[in-house]
Amino acid sequence: MDEAVVPILTLNEVTKAFPGVVANDSIDIRVMPGQIHALLGENGAGKSTLVQILYGMLRPDAGTVFWNGHPVKIYGPAEARNLGIGMVFQHFSLFEAMTVLENVALALNEERDMAKIRKRVIEVSHGYGLPLDPDRYVHSLSVGERQRIEIVRCLLQDPKLLILDEPTSVLTPQETEKLFKTLRKLASEGCAILYISHKLREVKTLCETATILRAGRVVANCDPREETAQSLAELMIGQRISSTSRAARENSGGDRIRVTNLSMKPEDEFGIALDDISLTVKRGEVLGVAGVAGNGQKELMAAMSGEARPMEQPDAIWFDGVPVAALGPAARRALGAVFVPEERNGHSAVRDMTLSENAFLTAARRMKLMIRGLMCRSSIRKFAGDVVSRFDVRTTGVTAQAGSLSGGNLQKFIVGREILQDPGIMVISQPTWGVDAGAAVTIRQALLNLAHRGCAILLISQDLDEIFEVCDRIVVIAKGRVSGAREIESVSVDEVGLLMGGFGVVEVNTGMVARRAHDD
Amino acid sequence: MIRLEPRGEVSRIWPLLTPLIAILLTLASGVAIFSAMGKDPGLALYTYFVQPVSTIYGVTELLVKAAPLVLIGMGLAIGFRANVWNIGAEGQFTIGAIFGGGFAIAFHDSDSILLLPGILFLGVLGGMVWGAIPAYLRTRFNANEILTSLMLTYVSILLLNYLVHGPWRDPGGFNFPESRIFSASAMMPTLIADSRLHLGFVFALLAILVGWLLLNRSVIGFQLRVVGQAPAAARHAGFSQNKLIWYSFLLSGGLAGLAGVAEVAGTIGQLLPTISPGYGFTAIIVAFLGRLNPFGVLLGGLVMALSYLGGEIAQIEIGLPAAVTGLFQGILLFFLLGCDALTHNRIKFSIAGRFVRI
Repeated sequence: MDEAVVPILTLNEVTKAFPGVVANDSIDIRVMPGQIHALLGENGAGKSTLVQILYGMLRPDAGTVFWNGHPVKIYGPAEARNLGIGMVFQHFSLFEAMTVLENVALALNEERDMAKIRKRVIEVSHGYGLPLDPDRYVHSLSVGERQRIEIVRCLLQDPKLLILDEPTSVLTPQETEKLFKTLRKLASEGCAILYISHKLREVKTLCETATILRAGRVVANCDPREETAQSLAELMIGQRISSTSRAARENSGGDRIRVTNLSMKPEDEFGIALDDISLTVKRGEVLGVAGVAGNGQKELMAAMSGEARPMEQPDAIWFDGVPVAALGPAARRALGAVFVPEERNGHSAVRDMTLSENAFLTAARRMKLMIRGLMCRSSIRKFAGDVVSRFDVRTTGVTAQAGSLSGGNLQKFIVGREILQDPGIMVISQPTWGVDAGAAVTIRQALLNLAHRGCAILLISQDLDEIFEVCDRIVVIAKGRVSGAREIESVSVDEVGLLMGGFGVVEVNTGMVARRAHDD
Repeated sequence: MIRLEPRGEVSRIWPLLTPLIAILLTLASGVAIFSAMGKDPGLALYTYFVQPVSTIYGVTELLVKAAPLVLIGMGLAIGFRANVWNIGAEGQFTIGAIFGGGFAIAFHDSDSILLLPGILFLGVLGGMVWGAIPAYLRTRFNANEILTSLMLTYVSILLLNYLVHGPWRDPGGFNFPESRIFSASAMMPTLIADSRLHLGFVFALLAILVGWLLLNRSVIGFQLRVVGQAPAAARHAGFSQNKLIWYSFLLSGGLAGLAGVAEVAGTIGQLLPTISPGYGFTAIIVAFLGRLNPFGVLLGGLVMALSYLGGEIAQIEIGLPAAVTGLFQGILLFFLLGCDALTHNRIKFSIAGRFVRI
């Protein structure tokens, strides 16, 4: 990079402390115009804090932010947008009760003409391969679709610096590649990009420079193209990381999970209808369900856990030879099945309750934690303590509130809570979403060990690396339908990617799939 | 510049401090209001808050008033924990009084020792029946329980009026809209001689203990708390939301019915067109003042009972209008809800570029 060019963004010794933790400790970063700059770090390394400072949501305690060489104080997101900073959050800042269009319009500082905004939304979203229906309500959209809104509404403002926080977690490999094309195009037009990720392979293909954060400090600046994924990961974590290992196991046992011709209308009018789904999972087998967010994963998870029940199809779902489609979650758990949905906060765990109480939440009956309608507090504490120690949950104790744990530690606790119930069947969705690399390895290894003991696992995941690492067979879900199962050895990432886009699963006739096909 | 910013984690101290701050702010508003009315604020506050409890009899009267508030407030607090909004405790109170009082009137010449237990049982049953209606409408038709339970209150009060003006009017009562006076065996025993303090207060204390056990030790209490804090987690764990709605309404309705029957068979001794100075509504304030916590409800009940007593005495002694009681209760709830923001947020003052956080 030419040294005469003024950096678009310079951070000089930026420090931000919260009660009990220094989230950012004298951070120095320089981002040049047109540069794709990676910000790497584990969960809790201080990436989000830094980004919130840049976007005017937090004020630094000390240090200076320079924009185009001039010191600036950014007093709020609107001001950040005025400077030309666009931000795509990991946790979306969308109003659920409003439409896509209204959410986009809210973020625009100037434009007030809804018709014009609508036109630009459609243009930009299709131009960048991020199809969006402007009139859908956000609450009815999947995680992946919500992220598209965030990306599109930044692009509408012609930003000089675009900050993206883990943008590809909800995209297929092909869509990711397309997004990268978009980002490279933006960069070549002079827009700087701050790319936050923990997917090292992506950082290596996309970014030309990387700043690595650990525990609130910059520990390295490097060119990721010259590093290996392993060396980057070790810089991030500060120690060597192990990888999962799978023992050979035989999947010759009978089917523990059998789903035949499951069709179900969504409860929510914009949800995805499950359409004639059939699959089986054998004893000791992990079946992966790959797919782009919002293609029926949420609905499939709900149907498997019993939170939604296909009443008119009592024979659609069988666990260990018992028809369960009409049974609720508690009855299914009683048969030895456990469930881990995608969302930790408020779904698989209650934030404001202690770890003990959260252990009781789903393990009460199977672990005999209650006697005659009363909570058996000593057994609950013991069970929660077991989960904490066996799954290396970093916490102050079982009386800590679930919300005080980092995402990775809470997820380890939740997965551990289910695994220690010695299940015969596990249905788990997005087990390592927003989880740090160390915890992800622990969780995946725990799943492999569980399968080795004979448990049948249905793993719903958007992370293809994860599916290829853990699963024996794979199906792809698209538009509420699933493809036939394939042995993991006999299928390539590209093939799966095509299936994820809907090809070969549904006839390409109408709607988004057709348009996407046309764009290609 | 003053602004609110999120605390990040929920404060432990503020939930305990906010009721105290709200009470202080209410007193300060009281001073302002009394001064504006041309009364001596010091004397008015003394009359209102200290004089009522300056005698033993005054204290027993406080407990008499606190008993229904605590009974109802406890039931409501449990329901509110589960986001079940029973606003119609006044109606369940009234129907409890009608069921129990009707039994007392029907057997007015009996001196059986089973009479009082029968009256109490029917009182509880009446409250549960009245609570079951909004529970059914909510679980069957998804009708908003705030509206249904509130509207049923007016139905119950009209029913009571009809009964005491018509069929249940005292035959020897010179056409006054009052029922017969209950027989001695239909009345609850008093706890302290020469006072009106009756068994109802003991029930209130028992309700607090049972309520605490229920919320903190029982599985159903756990389920109620989970439903309130994270409905999706409750579904995930397989808790039946409908069952919990029924449970909340039957429990809070039953306790309100008990409070109602205890009022007529303990304090009043007959059915009148008006048997409650709004206990069922004030108990909503009691539940929130007590942070939906059983022991907090007990304290909240005492505070609100004092506002009733003080209002009566202030009316007599210094000629304050009766509306001042309602005014104080409203101001208190207003400040309480306002101060609640401090549990999750803190105030940031910036004075000349320096920040002070509370």
